[in-house]
Amino acid sequence: MRIDRVSGVALAVLAAVVIEETWRLRLPLGTLANPGPGYVPVLLAVGLLVAGVLVTTLSRSSATLAGAGWAEWRHSVAILAVCAFVALALERLGYRLTMGLACVALLGAVERKPLVVTLLVAVGLAAGTYFLFDTLLRVQLPRGPLGF
Amino acid sequence: MLETLGNLGLGFSVALSPEILLYAFAGCLVGTLVGVLPGVGPLAGISLLLPATFGLDATRAIVMLAGIYYGAMYGGSTTAILMRIPGEAASVMTCIDGYAMARKGRGGAALGIAAVGSYVAGTVSVVGLMLLAPPLATFALRFGPPEYVALLLLGLLVLAYMSSGSMVKSLAMAALGLLLGMVGIDQMSGYFRFAYGFVELGDGLGVVPVAVGLFGVAEILATAGKRTPPDVIKPRLRELLPSRQEWRESAAPIGRGTVLGFLIGILPGSAHIISSFVSYAVERRLSKRPGEFGHGAVAGVAGPESANNAATSGAFVPMLALGVPSGPIPAVMLAAMMVHGVSPGPMLIHQQPALFWGFIASMYVGNLVLLILNLPLVGLFVNILRVPYPYLYPAILVFSILGVYAVNGSVMDVWIMVVMGLLGWVLRKLDFETAPIVLGVVLAPMIELSLRQSLAMSDGRYAIFLQRPIAAVLLASGLLLVLLNVYSSVRRGRDWRARLTLTEKGEEAP
Repeated sequence: MRIDRVSGVALAVLAAVVIEETWRLRLPLGTLANPGPGYVPVLLAVGLLVAGVLVTTLSRSSATLAGAGWAEWRHSVAILAVCAFVALALERLGYRLTMGLACVALLGAVERKPLVVTLLVAVGLAAGTYFLFDTLLRVQLPRGPLGF
Repeated sequence: MLETLGNLGLGFSVALSPEILLYAFAGCLVGTLVGVLPGVGPLAGISLLLPATFGLDATRAIVMLAGIYYGAMYGGSTTAILMRIPGEAASVMTCIDGYAMARKGRGGAALGIAAVGSYVAGTVSVVGLMLLAPPLATFALRFGPPEYVALLLLGLLVLAYMSSGSMVKSLAMAALGLLLGMVGIDQMSGYFRFAYGFVELGDGLGVVPVAVGLFGVAEILATAGKRTPPDVIKPRLRELLPSRQEWRESAAPIGRGTVLGFLIGILPGSAHIISSFVSYAVERRLSKRPGEFGHGAVAGVAGPESANNAATSGAFVPMLALGVPSGPIPAVMLAAMMVHGVSPGPMLIHQQPALFWGFIASMYVGNLVLLILNLPLVGLFVNILRVPYPYLYPAILVFSILGVYAVNGSVMDVWIMVVMGLLGWVLRKLDFETAPIVLGVVLAPMIELSLRQSLAMSDGRYAIFLQRPIAAVLLASGLLLVLLNVYSSVRRGRDWRARLTLTEKGEEAP
């Protein structure tokens, strides 16, 4: 399957979803003389639909989906999972603890670096960036229940 | 002219105060440090260092951000010359002859030529910015909503045309960016759009999480699993001075690169990338020994490096004078200025002259700081490049998350960054450019408001865009670009944009 065919269909589906959501959320289209909040989103969705159709029809020379090279996907998923953990934990556990744990996960579990090095880098990064931004530059960063 | 000189005097009185100098110095240093990191270009660099300016007033913050911008641009050339890895896309052309010079033992000279070329180009193009921005701002006072719609559409069309891939795909990404920009409260009616109950989305998607996700996180996702980059060639300090012959060979390319870069920089699109490509092609065409290109030609470093730095200043012209960013990097700069309560546009020069002229003067100072700073510290930058990527990327990720969170103190922004990172990674695999998305997100509120106001003005008639001369000329220019693109597609020939794509992918020299 060619990547342009897949992406063209995805664009068209996205455009259809936007139109459907505009209708479902009851965003008024208004009139031409007084366009409503749904007018421009629908206009853009129609443009996206046309682009999707064009990308699909002009897809003959594009590479195949498998040929796009997805070899790093395990790494990528692991990094995204760590980012999601940070988003969930940041305001619950506090900046230093969350970032420290995230670095331990990335260096220890994903990159399989030695434990001592992992801990040193994790503590250094979490505490160092906190000191730089929160203490020196006065950017307020969240503290957890333990004061971290 | 006298008025301009008087204003510049005011600017220098601001820029040369010790405190402002310190911030310019800090911005250049930090920007260069960030710029040498593979994959972290000026766009992600400015975004993730934005929180560092929160405690500052607008003038200091903007001077520091501008320093970060130049520093990141220059930092990209260090990795290009010493590792054959472009720190950011504009350094792609420098990789070719810069690295070849480094392999011949002239890496120091290549860095020296890049630094001096960047300094000359940066300084000369700031003169252009200084002379061009005020009259353009005065002209822009004639713009009404239809002119703004036409200008913004032209900006997106030029960006799509200039992009190295398919114009249709780039326009699709611009439409996607504009759609993402629709999330939040509608400015005219107060309706909540596509927010799904998340109050934090009321103000819309921030440009910082979108940019950091699409550029910073997506780069990490694409690179982290791959093998470690090649060894760094470390030059000695005394090798940094180019020989007399090398100076002679670089003088004219620096001059040509400066003029070309500034003119291309004013145009919307990824100007700094295109300017370096055009400069390289021009130098090769003009060279008496074109065979040297690809094997360490001095002009192949001097021209593109000067051009991409001149384009940096050129890109500030429409941003400062019209309030319209010409590409994703000025878009992030614009967002950063807005965070500090500064709204660039025709009124900025009149309402905040100290800030505007202080910014212009700080650009002269910043270019000098970069020259003084970068050559002696090249050893330090090289050592950063020696940190293995498995240790480097967690640090980049920490700074990305921190930068995104600190803008609004909102975890929602971190989620947006994560989603954009995933989207950016997938889009890269599917051969889409992500820069138009960032520009679309920034332009969406302006374009929507202007379009709806234009339709209200004309009682719903789209003909208003053709009846007003400035809008009609701008739209005709956009149409011309579309036709040019269709023509080159029909001919199925490889035009300069296709060759740029191949060069960026390392498949073929231009």
